[in-house]
Amino acid sequence: MLSIRGVRNLARSGRALRSISTSTARSSDALFVHRDTEYNNSSIPFKFNSQNEPITKEILSRYPPQYKKGAIMPLLDLAQRQNQGWTSISCMNEVAKIVEVPPMRVYEVATFYTMYNREPVGDHLVQVCTTTPCMLNGAYDIMHAIEKDLHVKPGHTTNDKKFTLLEVECLGACSNAPMMQINDHYYEDLNNKSTLDIINQLKNGKQPHIGPQSTRHTCENSSGLTNLTEKPYGPGEHCQPEFQ
Amino acid sequence: MVKLTVDGKEVEVPQGTALIQACELAGATIPRFCYHDRLAIAGNCRMCLVEVERAPKPVASCAMPAMPGSNVFTNSERTNKAREGVMEFLLANHPLDCPICDQGGECDLQDQSMRYGSDRSRFFEVTGKRAVENKDFGPLVKTSMNRCIQCTRCVRFANEVAGVEELGTTGRGNDLEIGTYVQKTLDSELSGNIVDLCPVGALTSKPYAFTARPWELKSTETVDALDAVGSNIRVDSRGHEVMRIQPRVNDDVNEEWISDRTRYACDGLKYQRLTNPLIRVGDRFQSASWPGAIATVADGLSKSGAKGDEIQAIAGSLADTESLVALKDLLNKLGSENTALDTKRGTAPPAHGVDHRSNYLYNNTIPASEEADAVLFVGTNPRHEAAVINSRFRKGYLHNNTDFGVIGDKFDAIYDYEHIGVDAKTVGDFLSGGVKSPFADKFMKAKKPLIVVGSAVTEHDDGQSVYAAIAKHVEANKDRFLTEEWNGFSTLQRAASHTAAYDVGFVPSQQAESTKAKFVYLLNADDFDAQVIPRDAFVVYQGHHGDHGAQFADVVLPGVAYTEKGTTWINTEGRAQLGRAAISAPGASREDWKIIKALSELVGKPLPYEDVIGVRDRLWEISPALTRYDELESPSAASVGLGLAEMAKKGTPVTSTKAFVKPLENFYQTDPISRASVTMANCVKSFVKGVNSEETAVPPAETQAQKHA
Repeated sequence: MLSIRGVRNLARSGRALRSISTSTARSSDALFVHRDTEYNNSSIPFKFNSQNEPITKEILSRYPPQYKKGAIMPLLDLAQRQNQGWTSISCMNEVAKIVEVPPMRVYEVATFYTMYNREPVGDHLVQVCTTTPCMLNGAYDIMHAIEKDLHVKPGHTTNDKKFTLLEVECLGACSNAPMMQINDHYYEDLNNKSTLDIINQLKNGKQPHIGPQSTRHTCENSSGLTNLTEKPYGPGEHCQPEFQ
Repeated sequence: MVKLTVDGKEVEVPQGTALIQACELAGATIPRFCYHDRLAIAGNCRMCLVEVERAPKPVASCAMPAMPGSNVFTNSERTNKAREGVMEFLLANHPLDCPICDQGGECDLQDQSMRYGSDRSRFFEVTGKRAVENKDFGPLVKTSMNRCIQCTRCVRFANEVAGVEELGTTGRGNDLEIGTYVQKTLDSELSGNIVDLCPVGALTSKPYAFTARPWELKSTETVDALDAVGSNIRVDSRGHEVMRIQPRVNDDVNEEWISDRTRYACDGLKYQRLTNPLIRVGDRFQSASWPGAIATVADGLSKSGAKGDEIQAIAGSLADTESLVALKDLLNKLGSENTALDTKRGTAPPAHGVDHRSNYLYNNTIPASEEADAVLFVGTNPRHEAAVINSRFRKGYLHNNTDFGVIGDKFDAIYDYEHIGVDAKTVGDFLSGGVKSPFADKFMKAKKPLIVVGSAVTEHDDGQSVYAAIAKHVEANKDRFLTEEWNGFSTLQRAASHTAAYDVGFVPSQQAESTKAKFVYLLNADDFDAQVIPRDAFVVYQGHHGDHGAQFADVVLPGVAYTEKGTTWINTEGRAQLGRAAISAPGASREDWKIIKALSELVGKPLPYEDVIGVRDRLWEISPALTRYDELESPSAASVGLGLAEMAKKGTPVTSTKAFVKPLENFYQTDPISRASVTMANCVKSFVKGVNSEETAVPPAETQAQKHA
């Protein structure tokens, strides 16, 4: 049996018989409250420019007048595109004004969806998918390669404000895993080399090849077709003679 | 009707009833967090799961309509297991801080986890429980957002009932937060209700924080006297102290909401109280005994030489019906008809007269306010004068497509309205069809039009003509304004005593108006103009707070506040309700009518009642409606018509271009109790002046430092 002193020593030595539960800080990629900053506060004006103004009209025309608020999401997207890829508080307020709802209703939408960036992002928003199929095909290798190349961690923006790296959940291109999305384009079938190649081309202001980086066209079987190999029959081929 | 079976018991409910209500009807208790029968259905807490025969999985009974022939089990093994599971999930992120939580003892989560929860949790998260930052909602609502279970009752209340559309949910899933996204206080007169609605301790009362536990409190069911709504309240007291005030359900009056002044002004009951009779000696007050003080009053009356109408009584907003009757009886016995109110123009006969009750009542009853098609507010700000009734108007606005028009000061309403004008002349123009606007069109054609006349009209110099113009319009459009189930002419009183005062005839006669008083008796009167009281008059102040009125007094007689006496209150509809004493009176203060009775003995005109039953008999003699408690005695259609005809006769066409003056500067400080309240002062600072509360206010030096960093 342990003496009392023995128990105390055990506790001190860090091998306690029972542990108490402690909380660690949970880091979230974004805050769900707004804090006024120099670059993001409601006194910074935002208006749709002359190019986007007609588009807002077109978007609003898709919804019946009493359901204008249906246009919140497309309008926010448009605002984000005009505002260097992120949705500032002023963007949200402007959208709220256009669809005639209290601003809070727009804030609710903007905070619900992860693709509205409520903090500024770089010119190229690199979103690497790390959900299971991509992960199994080496998504983290790609992620590490980018981290090393750009000297950023997921969630961060490079000092030159060119790249923002994000780790995201499934983007729905599992058959071309691993993949990443940069701004509006998918880059699929990646490996370390092709990934860095894409990043380098973007650094130099070039447009890399969009889509699978392998020999594939889209998401067909990479080792060739295993069925549907014969020539598909044409119109009327197996029909009665009068229909041929 | 839909027939279904709950736990083997057959019940019949109307089509469209929620399953949870059908279960309640069958006598089964269903645990719930998000469901509230006065709010929209959210269906997000999942606590009300029940088993329905042939349903593949347990169904949320709040979001499921009762279906004919369904067989529901509320106490089956499957149901209990489902509840246990939901409870485990809810508790997974709920902090274990019940011992330091203000909700402890009256917490739905606590109670229901004891009743329906498991005794242990399988939950272990290495990263710990969810942490959410607290929000600053101002000086009334304290937040502890870690405790939030995201039932969204507060969000639904704020958006539907209170009209604060800034409150919502941000984020999603585990990160969902209740808040305003941008830093904002919850600027609403009804914000305190979200504390009651919160089933956990996430939103608690800031002034009440850490002061008492529910099991220490004695509850007294009574009636509020800080506005004319007559909200039903429950006063929770400990010893001699009112700890908090909460609403009581009364669907005919306040549903289950009360305004923030009703709820939070109660700390004013502790400060500035008059506890001893005081006699002015030179330039200061000296404590006196009751016999001494009352003898001084009697002495003062005879020495002042006041005769007849030179004896004046002025009653304030907190005077109860019993003392109004006693004081009026005493004055009449002394030969005076000079009974006035402390409002502007309260020393003159009121513009609407007092012969017909329907002329000064809120005829259209509080619940029916929701049904109006078009509402015209004349000289009133219902948000400040009757915040609870205002929520009914919002209900009409949301569900009944009601339109609103305002003649008088613009105000920050919780519905859209059309501002027609500010002065008395506009009323005449509008009602004669001289204004062309969408609201005017709707109002002139509305099947259920409603005109709400505020106290600013009664206090307006040309009030009589305004009333006449309105009465004429109502008479001319009788078929729309006055039907069997509709009375579209309503006066909104703003003070608890006013309806009672008009009912008992506590108004001056025409002759008394022009008489200069030599002896003034102030009964809870604090809001009068200083010029009303002649310099050389002998002034008696009877009341419970050392406010404005007491400064003028030669003798101060300490009465008691509404939480300390059992008296009759008549609300703006004319509904008599009985208040009850929650705590004993402080110091040597006495119930108000007894003071007047004692005085009557000393001045040689003894009042003929010995106890409160006797006073109530006298009330009954004056008007039986004054003692038919909790019943609404609506005036008959014939009487309404006569009243309108009389008003219509009196006025001249309205020509005054003087604007209506809003009688309440702000919502939070309207009477001696709320003026003595620290909480109300904080509200004024935060909501009226817009100063951030201390928690979030960033000192200027710090902001500078942040900028440079």
